[in-house]
Amino acid sequence: MTQAAKQVRSFRLNGRAHDVLVADNVLLLDTLREALGLTGTKRGCDGGECGACTVLIDGTPRLACLTRTQECDGHSVETIEGLAENGRMSRLQRAFHERLGTQCGYCTPGMVMTAEGLLRRNPDPTEAEIRAALAGNICRCTGYVKIIEAVEDAARGAP
Amino acid sequence: MELLPPFHVATPATIAAAVAARQRQATGRFIAGGTDLMVNLRHGLGDPAALIDLRGIPELQHVTAGPDGLVIGAAVTLAELAEHPAVTSRYPAIAAAATAVGAPAHRAAGTVGGNLCLDTRCIFYNRSAWWREANGFCLKYKGDTCHVAPTGKRCHAAFSGDLAPALLVHAAEIDIAGPDGVRRQPLAALYAEDGAAHVRLAAGEFLVRVVVPADPWPAAYAKARARGAIDFPLAGVAVALRRRGSDVDGLRVALTGTNARPFLLEGTDGLLGTPVSPAWLDRLGRLVQKQVSPMRTTLLAAQYRRRVAAALAQRLAATLGGADAVGHAA
Repeated sequence: MTQAAKQVRSFRLNGRAHDVLVADNVLLLDTLREALGLTGTKRGCDGGECGACTVLIDGTPRLACLTRTQECDGHSVETIEGLAENGRMSRLQRAFHERLGTQCGYCTPGMVMTAEGLLRRNPDPTEAEIRAALAGNICRCTGYVKIIEAVEDAARGAP
Repeated sequence: MELLPPFHVATPATIAAAVAARQRQATGRFIAGGTDLMVNLRHGLGDPAALIDLRGIPELQHVTAGPDGLVIGAAVTLAELAEHPAVTSRYPAIAAAATAVGAPAHRAAGTVGGNLCLDTRCIFYNRSAWWREANGFCLKYKGDTCHVAPTGKRCHAAFSGDLAPALLVHAAEIDIAGPDGVRRQPLAALYAEDGAAHVRLAAGEFLVRVVVPADPWPAAYAKARARGAIDFPLAGVAVALRRRGSDVDGLRVALTGTNARPFLLEGTDGLLGTPVSPAWLDRLGRLVQKQVSPMRTTLLAAQYRRRVAAALAQRLAATLGGADAVGHAA
């Protein structure tokens, strides 16, 4: 297999400017996890079906396993690592904790980032809107009810 | 899953530059959102030396609604289309079809052009490279036998885009760019009933925009799938139905997920001039069952997809036709 030529790609990652040297055929998921060490973004189905690798690109939930790093040049990327401030979980993360919205935890970063994208766009969503927003995130533990309650709590300002 | 094959990405800013970039690369592929192509490439389905990303071309980027109808750029994302005020207010079937694709993150990336030119799908094709190799590959890619119909001569992989039927029932046209300039043709003429060559585009040609006529007939779209989200359609149906008084004055039905191409149902003229009734719905159901040809390309039985296609068509027609026959058995 021949190697694709690498180029410098610049994007904002969790609010800070980043330059990465990367070939065009490298996925954002691999850049985040392998090159940048941000393993919070999970490799789930690895084929665009489960939502575990959801990150925010320019504030919109996107799948890192279907996105090339090259596409992110000049854009803003946010991962689960960017939510906590000064070691304190964000309100949404705390709501997942308090409401037991996480069990094995593998889907949680993707769930939280998808919910974060929803709440920025729609700070007061109905349950139906939460369900629609999370429709692409699969969880095999919780049965989803606790996840939806966590997002509702975060939207209401509790806990 | 496997790594992506080595390729470089071109990002042309004009139609001419995109055509030229494709002409320079014999194995190049056009790409936009990549929600389907990225997965297929990682399955070893294709080995392009270059991807030509069409999203930077201004002509492909906008939805405009005017007296001549709705013009949809091919690089408009499905999320943008589904939320556009002119689409939700005047073309609800198109909004419903766009919303029915995948899940929100797919719709944020996937585009109109990508969904209309979506590769066909089959349980013998959408598999890892080693799985397909162990199975002797298949007629669609690298093999010489269709495992769905081993004695047949063509590929039966099913077209699985949601948007096409909703556009077909509105008599949409498309602009195609290529080495010879831009040409306009009916959307229906884009497709052929061959799972390995279902999109009639020559090398270097790509979709620029979709043009949907003004004053659309009332229309709706529905799909059957195993889960409420993410899944491709087992069958998807769009119906456009115009009434004069209580009589059906115009009827178009289009289907996806059941054949190698999305297609307009033939013979609907025979259903005009009468109101929608249980007997009318029976005739519509029989027409659908006769013309769809689902094969063993999904995990669910082909016969189920045949019946559910008819049931969805009947349900939509009953609602649009004002008949109290929702839930009428196929």
